[in-house]
Amino acid sequence: MRPRLAVGVLYLVLIAAAVVTLFPFVWMVLTSLKSEAEIVTYPPKLFPDRFTLESVVNIWERLPFLTLFRNSVIFAFGVTLISLVFDSMAAFAFSRLHFPGRDKLFILVLVALMIPVQVTMIPLFLMLGNWGWLDTFLGLIVPRATNAFGIFMLRQFFINLPKELDESARIDGSSELRLYAAIIVPLAKPAIASLAVFHLMYNWNDLMWPLIITNSQEMRTIPAGLALFMGQHVVEYGVLTAGVAISIMPLIIAFLFAQKYFVQGIAFTGLKE
Amino acid sequence: MDYGRPGLPRGARPEGGSAVMTSLRTRKFTPNRQTKAAILFLFPSALVLVLFVFWPIVNSLWLSFHHWNLMEADRGFAGFANYQELMRDERFWNSVVNTVYYTLGTVPVCIALSLGLALICNVGLKGTAFFKSVYFLPVITSFAMISIIWGFLMDPDIGLLSYYMKRLGFHMPDMLRSTKWAMPAVIFVAIWKNIGFNMVILLAGLKAIPVSLYEAARLDGAGPFQRFAHITLASLRHTLLFVVIISVISSFQVFDQVYVMTRGGPLHSTETIVYYIYHQGLELLNMGYASSMAWLLFLVIFVITIVQLRIFRFDQTD
Repeated sequence: MRPRLAVGVLYLVLIAAAVVTLFPFVWMVLTSLKSEAEIVTYPPKLFPDRFTLESVVNIWERLPFLTLFRNSVIFAFGVTLISLVFDSMAAFAFSRLHFPGRDKLFILVLVALMIPVQVTMIPLFLMLGNWGWLDTFLGLIVPRATNAFGIFMLRQFFINLPKELDESARIDGSSELRLYAAIIVPLAKPAIASLAVFHLMYNWNDLMWPLIITNSQEMRTIPAGLALFMGQHVVEYGVLTAGVAISIMPLIIAFLFAQKYFVQGIAFTGLKE
Repeated sequence: MDYGRPGLPRGARPEGGSAVMTSLRTRKFTPNRQTKAAILFLFPSALVLVLFVFWPIVNSLWLSFHHWNLMEADRGFAGFANYQELMRDERFWNSVVNTVYYTLGTVPVCIALSLGLALICNVGLKGTAFFKSVYFLPVITSFAMISIIWGFLMDPDIGLLSYYMKRLGFHMPDMLRSTKWAMPAVIFVAIWKNIGFNMVILLAGLKAIPVSLYEAARLDGAGPFQRFAHITLASLRHTLLFVVIISVISSFQVFDQVYVMTRGGPLHSTETIVYYIYHQGLELLNMGYASSMAWLLFLVIFVITIVQLRIFRFDQTD
């Protein structure tokens, strides 16, 4: 039997940590339901005296928030869909096909994994500028159409699927494409779902890339749009908080339903090598 | 195309003795079915990686040896001039110091707290799953977005956090407008955000420690502190080292929360290396100069990563 006191102390620590973790989220939701006037009154309060959807409605008018939201959706889902196809194709080649130079090529993928985006952003900005791709979805999406981490992660998963699958498929005379599309990919659904969550979250949340590649308000994503809105205007707390809440809530809701894939997708970044 | 066609029926022929011989002999010259498929399967990713990762990193090195301002016509070869200027640039060294400050402020505290929570979550208390989900929430939220919220909470006029602190008798300074307190504020948010991530990895490490080790230690008469030091920490050392290294690497790349919370201010007191690269390269458009900084950063991160790979390869043969 564990002493009761010790268990009590442990729960106290867990609860304290949970309160600190949840506090900003709770404040965010409650503040988006306050009027601007109430937000700036002193002393500040956590709970609104009067619930109002003022800010949640205003955000769509004070900013082209619908445009930001649409851009975030196109960018995050576009990158995710294309990258899942290309990542899994490359991972398939690296794990299920035999060809000369395979391992050397794979080392290049690992090298790509080590190159931080911050180092390549200036040449990319110049190159996309020359191509006329700045401030377009092409410029936002195409450079992210594949991801070294995605290739690496899926390869690790594919390589552990039984070899007999390939042999029996080849004996049946199926093409490599069929082996990929009808056998390997369906078996790898959990890994692909985790990677999908990872891509979606990473791009939905990203600030730097959209900040660099876009320069008109019509092309900004939510993080870039709100960060700039915050810098340019007299701070409108209610509107900004509502915008942040609308940006964060879809992920939290998705997390509640597909927690497993979130944790796996992110924990895997910690398991490189 | 033309020479490929006679190869096809040969490869498709059932594997008789002579067919194997020919396919072995011709393998070097005509790609077999799998090689052809591999080329097609790899093509899209290879194209994207070459164009948008490998070419830019080479181009970045080239830029770093040139005077290259987007607004100026004179773009001559500069030799090491950019790097020499960098060594004399006080604002660059300031950004290095700030990055190191941020890293030292974030990594040890964050890992200690993550480890503490991971240990508690590993005890097997009821409701642990709920707490784990809660701690993971900051990990999935955008650093930029949640920094806006934290900025508001720390605001001296409307901020609930500063108000609560005042009620408790602590007079919180105007954190984000103080050269002394802006960096601790940024560090605090980073710790809050990353605990859940480290915790998941540390928990996986804890789960992998065999229970039999603890039982054996108990039989040998080891106390709880000894068991923690000699079994838990000793078994966890590779996981811990791993968490330290990836935390350091990501700390060196800090940008989002600095951009949102302070824009590097006040008086450059929170300006980190990546923020200064961004400022020089994409605001002042001194792209050659910014690239020399970017390459130095890349080299540092590359060395850390190689060290990491060495350690973990060693671990596997261990």
